[in-house]
Amino acid sequence: MTSTTDVPPGAHNAVTFYDTDPHEHPPGQSTMLGFWLYLMSDCLIFAMLFAAWGVFGGSYAGGPRPSELFELPLVAVNTAMLLFSSITYGFAMLAADEKKQGATLGWLAITGVFGLCFLGIELYEFSNLIAEGAGPWRSAFLSSFFTLVGTHGLHVTFGIIWLVTLMVQVSRKGLIDANMRRLQCLSLFWHFLDVIWIGVFTFVYLLGVLR
Amino acid sequence: MKNRFLSHRRARQLAPLLAIGAAAMLSGCDMVVLDPAGDVARQQSHLILWSTALMLLIIIPVMALTALFAWKYRAANKDAEYAPDWDHSTGLELVIWAAPLMIVISLGALTWVSTHLLDPYRPLGRLAPGKPLAANDRPLEVQVVSLDWKWLFIYPGQGIATVNELVLPTDRQVRFRMTSSSVMNTFWVPSMAGMIYTMPGMETKLHAVLNKPGRYEGRSANYSGAGFSGMTFWTYAVDDTGFSRWVSQTRAAQARLNDATYLKLEQPSENVQPMRFGGVNADLFRRITQMCVKPGIPCMSDVMSHDMAEPGSHAPVNDRPPVDAPKGALRKDTNEKGSAPHLTAPRGQADGSSERGAQNNRNMTRLQPVRLPGATVTAQG
Amino acid sequence: MSDTLLKTIFGRLTLESFPIHEPIILGTFIAVMLGGIALVGAITYFKLWKWLWTEWFTSVDHKKVGIMYMVLGTVMLLRGFSDAIMMRAQQAMAFGANEGYLNAHHYDQVFTAHGVIMIFFVAMPFVTGIMNYVVPLQIGARDVSFPFLNNFSFWMTAAGAVIVMASLFVGEFARTGWLAMAPLSGLDYSPDVGVDYYVWALQIAGVGTLLSGVNLIATIVKMRAPGMTMFKMPIFTWSALVTNVLIVAAFPVLTAVLAMLSLDRYVGTHFFTNTGGGNPMMYVNMIWIWGHPEVYILILPLFGVFSEVTSTFSGKRLFGYTSMVYALLVICILAYLVWLHHFFTMGSGASVNSFFGITTMIISIPTGAKIFNWLFTMYKGRIRFELPMMWTVAFMLTFVVGGMTGVLLAVPPADFQLHNSLFLVAHFHNVIIGGVLFGAFAAINYWFPKAFGFKLDPWWGKVSFWSWVVGFWVAFMPLYVLGLMGVTRRLRHFDDPSLQIWFIIAAVGAAMIAVGIAAFLIQIYVSFRDRERLRDWTGDPWDGRSLEWATSSPPPAYNFAFTPVIHDLDAYYDMKSRNAERPLTGFRDIHMPKNTGTGVVLAGLSVAFGLSMIWYMWWLSALSFAGILAVSIFHTFNYDRDFHIHADEVERTEEERTRILANAAAGA
Repeated sequence: MTSTTDVPPGAHNAVTFYDTDPHEHPPGQSTMLGFWLYLMSDCLIFAMLFAAWGVFGGSYAGGPRPSELFELPLVAVNTAMLLFSSITYGFAMLAADEKKQGATLGWLAITGVFGLCFLGIELYEFSNLIAEGAGPWRSAFLSSFFTLVGTHGLHVTFGIIWLVTLMVQVSRKGLIDANMRRLQCLSLFWHFLDVIWIGVFTFVYLLGVLR
Repeated sequence: MKNRFLSHRRARQLAPLLAIGAAAMLSGCDMVVLDPAGDVARQQSHLILWSTALMLLIIIPVMALTALFAWKYRAANKDAEYAPDWDHSTGLELVIWAAPLMIVISLGALTWVSTHLLDPYRPLGRLAPGKPLAANDRPLEVQVVSLDWKWLFIYPGQGIATVNELVLPTDRQVRFRMTSSSVMNTFWVPSMAGMIYTMPGMETKLHAVLNKPGRYEGRSANYSGAGFSGMTFWTYAVDDTGFSRWVSQTRAAQARLNDATYLKLEQPSENVQPMRFGGVNADLFRRITQMCVKPGIPCMSDVMSHDMAEPGSHAPVNDRPPVDAPKGALRKDTNEKGSAPHLTAPRGQADGSSERGAQNNRNMTRLQPVRLPGATVTAQG
Repeated sequence: MSDTLLKTIFGRLTLESFPIHEPIILGTFIAVMLGGIALVGAITYFKLWKWLWTEWFTSVDHKKVGIMYMVLGTVMLLRGFSDAIMMRAQQAMAFGANEGYLNAHHYDQVFTAHGVIMIFFVAMPFVTGIMNYVVPLQIGARDVSFPFLNNFSFWMTAAGAVIVMASLFVGEFARTGWLAMAPLSGLDYSPDVGVDYYVWALQIAGVGTLLSGVNLIATIVKMRAPGMTMFKMPIFTWSALVTNVLIVAAFPVLTAVLAMLSLDRYVGTHFFTNTGGGNPMMYVNMIWIWGHPEVYILILPLFGVFSEVTSTFSGKRLFGYTSMVYALLVICILAYLVWLHHFFTMGSGASVNSFFGITTMIISIPTGAKIFNWLFTMYKGRIRFELPMMWTVAFMLTFVVGGMTGVLLAVPPADFQLHNSLFLVAHFHNVIIGGVLFGAFAAINYWFPKAFGFKLDPWWGKVSFWSWVVGFWVAFMPLYVLGLMGVTRRLRHFDDPSLQIWFIIAAVGAAMIAVGIAAFLIQIYVSFRDRERLRDWTGDPWDGRSLEWATSSPPPAYNFAFTPVIHDLDAYYDMKSRNAERPLTGFRDIHMPKNTGTGVVLAGLSVAFGLSMIWYMWWLSALSFAGILAVSIFHTFNYDRDFHIHADEVERTEEERTRILANAAAGA
C-alpha cells in the first residue's frame, strides 16, 4: 500500500497531476491480498460449520455418541499426517526460495503423499462409521460431524489437485514469478487447512469424546 | 368492514397524536392494530403511536428542510448564497449526530421498558388500565396447535377442543401454550395481542386478555404452504356465563379428540370449517409438542433423557430418532426419484397423507373440503 | 427397464415437467421463444455474434463487465416486475367468492420468485455493475485487480439468473418465500424441484458475488492512484469498499447455510428437519446473519451515489466527508449485530429482544447523519435539477419514511403486531425502492454519458421519474394502511371485502410503476436514436468532481493514458480549478489483460451442473463437475494473459481526444 500512497511524484516542486514517469504495476501485486481475502471468507464458512457443530454436537437423537464412535488413536495418526504435510510444504517453499526446482518438486510430492494418507484415513473412518449405521442421516450430531470434517476433507482434496497441477507447471515452466505466487497461495491454503484441522481435532474429537 | 364486530373508539388520550399521522384521514377503516380490543394489543398500539411521534420530531424537519433547500438553492435562484467550498462545521456535525442520538436514547429506553413489560412469556400485570389482576388469578390455559392448514385449540381445564374457533371469556388472563405439527406459523389475533411463532417440536407462550365482547379475526401470519390463505379463525370474546354455556355446549359434542382423530386431523386440509370436540386426551398436547402421537415413535423427552445422561450437554431440539424421515435424494434408488410435473393446476388427492414428504400434501389447493373427524359447527357465536 | 433407463438419464424430468397445460406460462414461453428467436436471428443477420463474443462476452474490461451487469439487472427487472404485477392483480381481485386467477400453487411461486429475482438478480447486479464500472475510474486505475475473475463473476451471476429463468418453463420454482425458511423448505414439506432451483441458483450466483467482492476490495486497497490516501478516496469508492467488505464477510454464511439445506435435501442430514435433532431455528438465525448485512450491501453503494450526485449537482464540496466515512464504517459493523430483529416473535427473552432492537435503532444514527450531510451539501449550493439530482431528492423524501417505519419495527412489542404484515412489506419496499432503485436510476442517469458518450433523454427520463415516484407512493402507502388493519403478507385470497379498495389502489400504483419502467426503456431507445443531439464531447457533462470525469466518454480501454496524481478529495475539480494540463507527448506502451472465454465456459458448465443436480441426473452432474475442474486447470496453464497497447495507438487515441476537446471548446 505504501507504494501507492507515498508522497506523490513531483510533489516536492511543481504540482503534478499526471504521473508521466515510466513505471509498471508489477503483475500480481494484489494476488496475495486477494487470496487472503478469499481464505478469510472460507474461514467464515468453517466458522458457520463450527457453530453448527456447537449447536448440534449434542443432538444424538437416541443414536451413538462421540465416545462410542471416535477412535482417537486413528485421528491422532491422521492429525500427524496433516501436520507433517504442512512441514514438508514449508520445506518445499524454502527450496523454492532458493530456486532449487528439483528439491521443491520432491518436497511437494511428499506433501501430496501425506495429504493422500490423511484423506485415505479419513475415508476409512467415514466408511466405518457409515457401516456401523452412524451415517450423516442418523442424527444432527452426525450430520454436523460429517459436514464439518467432510468439508475440510474436500478442501484437502482440492488442495491435492491444485498441488499436482502446480507440480506439472513448475516442472514445465520452472520457478518463475507466476509459479512462485501460486506456490505461495497454495502454501497459505495448505497451512490454513492445518489450522482448521487443529480446531476440528480439538473441538470435535477431543471435546466430543469428553462430552 | 362493517360486518366485523369492532369498535371505532380511538384511544382518547392519544387523539392529538393520531391527528398528526395519516390515521386521521383514514378514520373510515378498521385499523385494528391501532384500535384493538385487548389490553396487550392496546399497549402495543400506544407504543406504535408514541414511537412514531418521537421519530416524527426529526423526520418532519428533515423533510421540510429537504424541500426548502431544494427550492431555495435551485440554480435559477441567483439571490441565494453560494458557498462552493463550505464543507465542514463542527457545531453542525455535532447537532446532526446528537439529534438522532437523543431520539434513539429516548426510544431505546422506551424499548427496554416496554419489551420487558410486554414480554409475551410474562404473565400479565393488569387486565386493563386500572383493573389489576386478582391476587389468586389463575389464567385460562389454551393449548394452540397449528396444523396444515388450520388451528387446533385445546382447553385442558375444560377438557374440550376446537378447530378454527377460539372462544375466550372477557377480562380473564389467557395463557396460550403453542406448538406446531409441521412447519412454522404465527398465532395472531391482532385485536388481542401481537403474534408469536408456533414451531414443531417446541413450545412457545403468549399471555393476553380480551376486554370487549365481540368477534375478532385470527390467523396465521407466517407463510406455511398452499393452504396458508385459508388458515383463519374467529375469536369470540364472551362474558363468563356465556363462556360456561359454550363450554357445556361443546362438551355435549359427540366427537372426541383422541390419537386416532388427531392423526386424521393432522393431515393437510384447507379452508376447514370450525369443529368442536367434546372430549380430549389429557396428554395429547404434550405428545404433539414432543412429536410422538404416531404409534411407535418415541417421545423426545425419553430420547433426551438418554442423550442428556451426561452432565454439560445442553438441551437439543427435535431430538428423536429419524425413523420416518424421507431419504436424501442422493440415497434414493433410480426408481425412487419420482417425477416433478409442472403442477400449476390443482391436482392430487383431496385427502392429505400422513406420510412425511408426500408430494400430494404440497400440491393441494382449494380442493373439496374433506370429511374431518370433528363435529362441524354451523351456527357461530 | 426402459423406465429405469429413462430415470437414470433424465432423473425426475418427464414430459409433464413442461407447462404444456398452463396457458399463462405457455403464452409467456412462446413469447419468450419468439423474442429469443427474433433476437438470435437479428444478431445472426447483422453478423454480430463475433462482435458480441470478442468485444463483450469474453471481455475482461471492467467497464464492459459493469455494463453487462446493468443489462442483466434490467432484463431481470422486467421478469421480477411481471411477478409483482401478477401479485397485485391477484390481490386486487381475489375477494370472497372470487378466487382470482392464480391458484396457490402458482401464486406462491410468483411471490417467491419476485423476492429472489429482485434481490439477487436485479438489485445485486445493479449495485455490482455500478461499482464495477465506476470504482476503477474513480481511483485512477486501468482495471480491477483480477480482470479475469471479474468476467467470471459476472457470468456466474448470469448463470444463476439462467437457472431461475429455467424454472419458469421446466418444472417450477420454490413455494417458500424468498428466504426458503426451514422446515418448509426441507424435503419433508417441499419435496419437488422448486427449492432445488432456489438453492442452486443462489449458490452459483453467490460464487460470483463473493469473488467480485474480493476483487473490488483488492482493487481499492491496492490500485489507487498515487496521492490518493484513504481519506482522499471519493465517497462512492469508500461506500464500495465497505460494501465489499460486507459481501466478503456475509456471503460465506449464505453459502454455508444453503449448503446445509441442500445436504438435508440431498443426503438426508438433520440440520433443519423436525426429527433427528434438527433445529429449524438455526436456519432462521443463520440466514438472517447473512440477510441483514445483505440489506446494507444493497443500500450502501447507493448512499455513495447520492453523495456524489448531491455534491456534483449542488456544485459544492460534500459536507462532512469524514463523518460520512465514519458513518459507513459504523453501519458496516452494526449490520452484523441486528439480525435477530427479523424474528423478535420467535420467543427470545425480553433482554435479547431489546438488545437487538436497540442496536437496530442505533444504525439509524449514522444513517440519519448521512441524510443531514446530504442536506447540508445542498445548503448554500447551486442545485441543478438534472435527472440524477431529481432521483436524489425523491430518495431523501421517500427514504426517511421507510427509515422511520424501520425503526418502528425495531421496537419489539410494536413488531409483535407489525411483523409479517403488509406494513412490513411496505417498509422494506419503501427503503429498497426508495433507496436502492431510486439510487440505481440516479446512477444510471449520472454515469450513462460517461459509459456511452451521450446523455440520456431528459424528457422520457422525467416521465419515468414521475411515474416511478408517484407510482411508488400510490402502490405502497395502502400497504402500510393494510398492515395496520391486520393484513398479513403472502395471502392470495381475502374474505373481508372492505380491504379490496386498498388493494385496487395499490394495483393502480403498480400500473404507474409499469409506465415508469416502460418510459425508462423508451428513454434508452430515444437517447440512442438521438445520440448526436445528446452527445457529450468533453467527457465531463455534469461539471464533475471526481476522476472518472477526467477521461473521455466513453473512456479508452486503458482508462487513463497517464496515471493521475491526486492532491485533493475532489481530484478532478482540483485539476480543473488549477488548470491541470493533459500531457500530450511521451506516451508509453500500456500493459493490459487479455480477453478470455473461460468465464463463459465455466458458467455454462455450472448451469449444466446446477440443472442436473436439480433434476437428479447424476451422470450429468459428475460430467459437468469434472468439466469445471478440467477447464479451470486448463485455464491455469495459460501464462500468456496480457498484451500491450502500443504507444502509437495510445497517441492516436489521445490526439483524437485533444482534437475533439478543442472542437468542443470552440463550439462552446
